[in-house]
Amino acid sequence: MAECHPVGFQWVMEAKARGARVIHVDPRFTRTSALADTFVAIRAGSDIAFLGAIVNHILTNGREFREYVEAYTNAATIIDERFHDTEDLDGLFSGWDAGKHAYDPQSWQYAGMATGPAAAHQEDSPQGEAHGYGARLKAGNPPETDPTLEHPRCVYQILKRHFARYTPELVEEVCGVPRERFVEVAEALCDNSGRERTAAICYAVGWTQHSTGVQYIRTAAIIQLLLGNVGRPGGGILALRGHASIQGSTDIPTLYNILPGYLPMPHADAHPTLADYLAAVCAPAGFWGHADAFVVSLLKAWFGDAATTENDFCYDHLPFITGDHSTYRTMLDMADGKVQGFFVMGENPAVGSANGRLQRFAMAELDWLVVRDLVEIETATFWKDGPEIDSGELRTAGIGTEVFFLPAAAHTEKDGTFTNTQRMLQWHHKAVEPEGDRRSDLWFSFHLGRIIREKLAAAGEARDRAVLDLAWDYPLLGHHHEPSADAVLREINGVDGDGRTLSGFMDLKADGSTACGCWIYSGCYADGVNQTARRKPGREQSWVAPEWGWAWPANRRLLYNRASADPAGNPWSERKKYVWWDAGARRWTGHDVPDFVADMAPDYVPPDGATAEHALRGDSPFIMQTDGRGWLFVPSGLVDGPLPAHYEPHESPVTNPLYGQGTNPARLTQPHRLNPDNGPGGRYPFVMTTYRLTEHHTAGGMSRFLSHLAELQPEMFCEVSPELAAERGLENGGWATIHSSRATIEARVLVTGRVAALTVQGRTLHQVGLPYHWGWKGLSTGDAANDLFGLALDPNVHIQEDKAATCDIRPGRRPRP
Amino acid sequence: MTTAEPTRMGFFTDTSVCIGCKACEVACKEWNDVPTDGLDFLATSYDNTGALGADTWRHVAFLERPPVPAAGEGEAAQDSGIRWLMSSDVCKHCTHAACLDVCPTGALFRTEFETVVVQQDICNGCGYCVPACPFGVIDQRKGDGRVWKCTLCYDRLRSDMVPACAQACPTASIQFGPLDELRARAAGRLELVKEAGVPGAHLYGADETDGVGGFGAFFLLLDRPEVYGLPPDPVVTTRDLPAMWRSAGAAALAVVGAVAAAFLGGGRRR
Repeated sequence: MAECHPVGFQWVMEAKARGARVIHVDPRFTRTSALADTFVAIRAGSDIAFLGAIVNHILTNGREFREYVEAYTNAATIIDERFHDTEDLDGLFSGWDAGKHAYDPQSWQYAGMATGPAAAHQEDSPQGEAHGYGARLKAGNPPETDPTLEHPRCVYQILKRHFARYTPELVEEVCGVPRERFVEVAEALCDNSGRERTAAICYAVGWTQHSTGVQYIRTAAIIQLLLGNVGRPGGGILALRGHASIQGSTDIPTLYNILPGYLPMPHADAHPTLADYLAAVCAPAGFWGHADAFVVSLLKAWFGDAATTENDFCYDHLPFITGDHSTYRTMLDMADGKVQGFFVMGENPAVGSANGRLQRFAMAELDWLVVRDLVEIETATFWKDGPEIDSGELRTAGIGTEVFFLPAAAHTEKDGTFTNTQRMLQWHHKAVEPEGDRRSDLWFSFHLGRIIREKLAAAGEARDRAVLDLAWDYPLLGHHHEPSADAVLREINGVDGDGRTLSGFMDLKADGSTACGCWIYSGCYADGVNQTARRKPGREQSWVAPEWGWAWPANRRLLYNRASADPAGNPWSERKKYVWWDAGARRWTGHDVPDFVADMAPDYVPPDGATAEHALRGDSPFIMQTDGRGWLFVPSGLVDGPLPAHYEPHESPVTNPLYGQGTNPARLTQPHRLNPDNGPGGRYPFVMTTYRLTEHHTAGGMSRFLSHLAELQPEMFCEVSPELAAERGLENGGWATIHSSRATIEARVLVTGRVAALTVQGRTLHQVGLPYHWGWKGLSTGDAANDLFGLALDPNVHIQEDKAATCDIRPGRRPRP
Repeated sequence: MTTAEPTRMGFFTDTSVCIGCKACEVACKEWNDVPTDGLDFLATSYDNTGALGADTWRHVAFLERPPVPAAGEGEAAQDSGIRWLMSSDVCKHCTHAACLDVCPTGALFRTEFETVVVQQDICNGCGYCVPACPFGVIDQRKGDGRVWKCTLCYDRLRSDMVPACAQACPTASIQFGPLDELRARAAGRLELVKEAGVPGAHLYGADETDGVGGFGAFFLLLDRPEVYGLPPDPVVTTRDLPAMWRSAGAAALAVVGAVAAAFLGGGRRR
């Protein structure tokens, strides 16, 4: 966190100064470790064994926050009798279909529930992120529960059995962490949880970039739910994003499978009509019960007056998906000549995406490529100076891709918002006019659309209605005709039929009388005021600071904060008081905006026929779930299992001591001639992992070209332990060549005790650290670490596993062509 | 800072909370338009800057050290078998500044904030100040000849602004303010750090009785100064000049006397 989020790390330092204990678990001793109270070196790719053992430690020693677990999680829920665990099936859950290479999740459902359409739909379009609420409950309560948590098929007992073999001894064997160190961490977490204390878990892409990445975070969620650290101040799981406004880019997504506000993208087979789609997205209980209002308001925002009740609000105009259209699938298709054109904005796939060689070969198959960036990055020039041109594998004359490089304006040169990991939107004002031909992304997108619409309007084809019906009208400012970002934010907030700004998502209607570009952002322009531009200093307001920027939803700073009070609505403790029920006023009140129906009493029991949030009980804090509870066990929404299990990375030098099925069976391996595997065996004996340095930014476009940053880390290097250096003859300051089946790269050598040799399964295991910032352009150059990695993807979110793979390393520079 | 009697302003660099982000180095170069110091991979931990110089006015040192159980660093350090010390070095703005003493043109001067600043339009590049500095801070810029160093952002101070490095520091490792206040704050901080298990922690340059009369930019260090590449007992190099001149004067007189005696003696012999 200190490495990649130094500004955010100031708050960790402040907490430490106030007595917080900071524990850092990482394959390397980093800047964060240097400031932590406790550092634990772990083998890259083994985190679920570590976290699962914490779950086991909690359950075995009775350290869970029992009242919280009983009341607020699905621990008591009884699961379908057809469910079988990885413990029963040697690493597989019930429902595995080897032929389809996928799970049928029907046996993971709550007992006593009808199954059918939900499961079938999921099989067609695995969209983990879009289907979190699932559960297909008719009303708020699961059909069968055992409040004593004794029933052998209740979630609590399933969890206990599932993690029973995740012991300190296993952690030592799998993670290379001495058992005493593990117990120390587990105890510290337990000691700092409960009524009086809370503990937070922070993670970054070190967890997400694995073939089991989603399940890493799931395991953390189980820990936090068992310890009562969700919805309470000082608790939670904090996802540290890899780039400014990455949170914003999932809220209003650049992802293929969701629409703004986490609505799933319509699927061509499953949702041919608006009615089909709404039936799938509207939940019977919880706030997803209003999804129809969210969807219709979105369509009104996009298609304006053209969207009417008669034409289903132009639902047909939306793009429909037919399967996996994620980044890596698209690049593989591109390599096979199936993709003609490609816009690259704010990315540098030629060196920033896994398997860079595949990326470059793929882009060489395009008809056209548009690159918009601050500087001329590798993606814009691979066709004339890339490694494959040097090696002769590609010839410039043989590449038919027409490349357009368009200079982009920086954030200082445009108005707009950043959404940070706390879901907080903060407005930034343009400080200077962009020079020369530099333009904002908003300018580019708007005017590209405008020109396309003008051309299509002249053609007059019926098939172009989707583009022509768009409400494409924003005030244009200045001599560059810059669209007003303020007007865009206003549209995202939503307006009623008279153009008045809405105060929040509860104002949204499903009848077409409201328009809203992203339901969760509704309220960011409440009262006609840009709420995201508020900058009231912290010292002039409460410690929650509700008047700094604006956080979705409804300016709530802490999600599910109903859980900060006990089932009766009283704070769990005075020390951790946050939101509570005011029995006199009969309202929820507290330091934050309550994340609950404001006047729903704690003892509320939904009557028959209740819908949406009113179908949940007054003591159910998890209002986006159909049962209102935090899910220890996930009956639907994940494609690789209802519980996390330790699987080895796709490429690993060690075997899985737990299960015969050693790797995540549902992972996506993407077999392709340009995506070879290292395979098992001793050819690639070491673990390699990528990461970032404070001095550089992602794939380097914003740092390698600036002397003040480039000089601080001027060359690609690798980090190795003194033991590995001795074993392979690597010299500090010298050169090393690193091999995988995808590529051979070279790097300067940094020999450091910060990368420790670990003892795993009784033998010494070495890890090679590779910062991934480099490419061949800019002031600071070097080979791209991403070239070494293949595409083995998490099946839920299609993220590549480049935090753990195998490699070999030798002294000296790589061979020159 | 337009008060009638400007107070002495300075830096307190608390290395116990430095996260080595180098924001100070970058902010300094941005604000002061300091050119690049070379794209050299030094293979010395994460330090590719190396040292203070004409083109580096803040330098973050990274020291990978074995744990010192006796000195008792943080618990993490002992368990992981390594301590990683980080410290942002800077011109000390000495109370008795030798660079200033030896400057023949008056290019180096003491400002109203009692900081030591080079006036680039006066410096003639004689370089006398370079060997005078006990810390090796001040340095001639190649191709330019003049000397350059930290100004403690004199221009910003005159506009009531915080120096760029302190402004950019995310963890308040670099603190700027009236020196008296900083010294008091540092003393309190030192107690906390020691209580937290770093008995070897100490203030470096906060003592007015040291060889340079105390620093205008002082430090809280977690290990001996030598570990950070700092002189343990810096002395203003011009301290002994008066005595040296006295000695030289005495020696000269002695020589004159001897010569005279020789002549006289010779005379006697004759």
